[in-house]
Amino acid sequence: MAGVAIRDVHKSFGPVKVIQGISMDIADGEFVVMVGPSGCGKSTLLRMVAGLESITSGEIAIGERVVNELEPKDRDIAMVFQNYALYPHMSVYQNMAYGLRIQGRPKAEIEKRVQRAAEILELDKLLKRRPRELSGGQRQRVAMGRAIVREPKVFLFDEPLSNLDAKLRVQMRSELQALHQRLKTTTLYVTHDQVEAMTLAHRMMVMNAGRAEQIGAPLEVYQKPATTFVAAFIGSPPMNLIPGRIAQGGKVLAHDGEISVRLPEPRPALEGRDVLLGVRPEHFETCAQSEALLSPDIDFLELLGSDSLVYGHLGADKQGMRVAARLHISILAKEGRLPLRFSAEHVHLFDPESTRRIED
Amino acid sequence: MEKRVTFRSAWLPYALLAPQLAITVVFFFWPAFQAVWFSFQLQDAFGLSTQFVWFDNFIALFGERNYWASFRTTAIFSFSVAALSISIALLLAVMADRVVRGALVYKTILIWPYAVAAAVAAVLWSFMFAPSIGIITYVLKGLGVDWNWVLKGDQAMLLVVIASAWKQIPHNFLFFLAGLQSIPKSLIEAAAIDGAGPARRFWSIVVPLLSPVTFFLLVVDIVYAFFETFGVIDATTQGGPAQATQILVYKVYYDGMKAADIGGSSAQSVILMIIVIGLTAIQFRYIERKVHY
Repeated sequence: MAGVAIRDVHKSFGPVKVIQGISMDIADGEFVVMVGPSGCGKSTLLRMVAGLESITSGEIAIGERVVNELEPKDRDIAMVFQNYALYPHMSVYQNMAYGLRIQGRPKAEIEKRVQRAAEILELDKLLKRRPRELSGGQRQRVAMGRAIVREPKVFLFDEPLSNLDAKLRVQMRSELQALHQRLKTTTLYVTHDQVEAMTLAHRMMVMNAGRAEQIGAPLEVYQKPATTFVAAFIGSPPMNLIPGRIAQGGKVLAHDGEISVRLPEPRPALEGRDVLLGVRPEHFETCAQSEALLSPDIDFLELLGSDSLVYGHLGADKQGMRVAARLHISILAKEGRLPLRFSAEHVHLFDPESTRRIED
Repeated sequence: MEKRVTFRSAWLPYALLAPQLAITVVFFFWPAFQAVWFSFQLQDAFGLSTQFVWFDNFIALFGERNYWASFRTTAIFSFSVAALSISIALLLAVMADRVVRGALVYKTILIWPYAVAAAVAAVLWSFMFAPSIGIITYVLKGLGVDWNWVLKGDQAMLLVVIASAWKQIPHNFLFFLAGLQSIPKSLIEAAAIDGAGPARRFWSIVVPLLSPVTFFLLVVDIVYAFFETFGVIDATTQGGPAQATQILVYKVYYDGMKAADIGGSSAQSVILMIIVIGLTAIQFRYIERKVHY
């Protein structure tokens, strides 16, 4: 077992800069999720840790050892691929034993280790089958089995659940969590799915365009997003980001001279400053018109049963400032103005230039 | 819902099939039938009288030492051609698969020999290997090898094997390249992470996954060596020296055209027909089932 250190890592494919300086220290036994939209470089970063891509500059260390120049096989890692990458001409048993056989382990030991992994993953009845005779979830388990029999220092997962249907994904997610609690192996996990990231990660790295926007525990990322990108990426529907200028002694947010939102708590220090006001849809609640901090015009509703999503806009321009709210009431007027409020702890302010969070 | 196109008319489907059927009947079934018919007949040397002799031609054929020798020659020849062209094509395909820059040029050049006519290819190789003026003969002489395929049977065999295999390499190369490119890259990466070096990955992952392609090519190449190498042999050794390169199909031609034994020659071609039917059946039967995944 070992931690992983990523130190100012860069990666270019020709002139294209895919990773632009990422650093992170991953503790031994930690489960770290790298999350971001497609093309943000998260898979490339994982493949650099695996040794499948070269490192343009910077340093990656597994345990105490810098692995930049090491072949994948010498890095003591195991990887689970999105398409599972099972050897189609081998049985489940042979798939899992392949790595151990290459290491030249004695037959009895191989059998013991494969058997143990098969029991953990409930594959013991499938050992003689070929991959094509397995369902998606079973293939996924074999791919994990192949990784755990080798007892590596680090597990690497590259979007392992994205080929599964929604129901199976939820199930495999909890199995993955249980597996990690049992084995306590350092894990790097790449996904574009924020729910996977939130539920699995000890810490997560939100990536965008080759940079780490924020590194932190899931709740921390949710409660204090460092940039507007993180604010919009984590959470569904995404956080409302309302542009405007703090005015009237920090009490209101004004847009083109008109008051669009009143703030629950005055921020006199920010008087006159352009900001983006962030409020998550789930932090709005309905209230009397007199208490309302904002009153968007309703555009349309989505009734989800447990709660309702209301989409509306502020100001005269319909395409202008969009607002979404998740409310715990099912019966709502389909049009007109909706008086809403939110509490001071749920206010996020961002600088529109740098997109960074304005600290309290 | 029936997805296939169905015709209401009774005659239209037959009318649409007619041109293809006509060609098949005129150019394939008729000659084949004639060969079968002739194989049961005996003609005198001037073609003045014909006698129906049942299986006499076949019996005579199987009693002939030369015929069995030709069988042996054909077996050695076709397996050598198949083995040589498959192994070299695989080697080239594996290397072409790794080329990043100029891949298209490289692949295009490798496909050229396929466009060269058999006779031209044969003349090319026989020039290079010519006993008196060949450049390779010259090199071999420098190395102390006495090269003269006009006199030495095994050298003549080697020459026709090389010339025939060379022509078939591009065909095999294309199939192997396509086969290699259909192997997901992540499989190779997974094997690399599992600790397999390049050689091990090749033998334990790539070769098994290419086995359906290899099997297909083996059958195709054997059929090729059996029948389509006539031009190579005719342009170089003409079956010689001392019938060392007289493969079955060349013997059919020689016995029928040069020795004017139509009956015997037809009997041989009937046997060849049975062999090719067998090979095709094997291919159709196993190619879809022997696939590993």
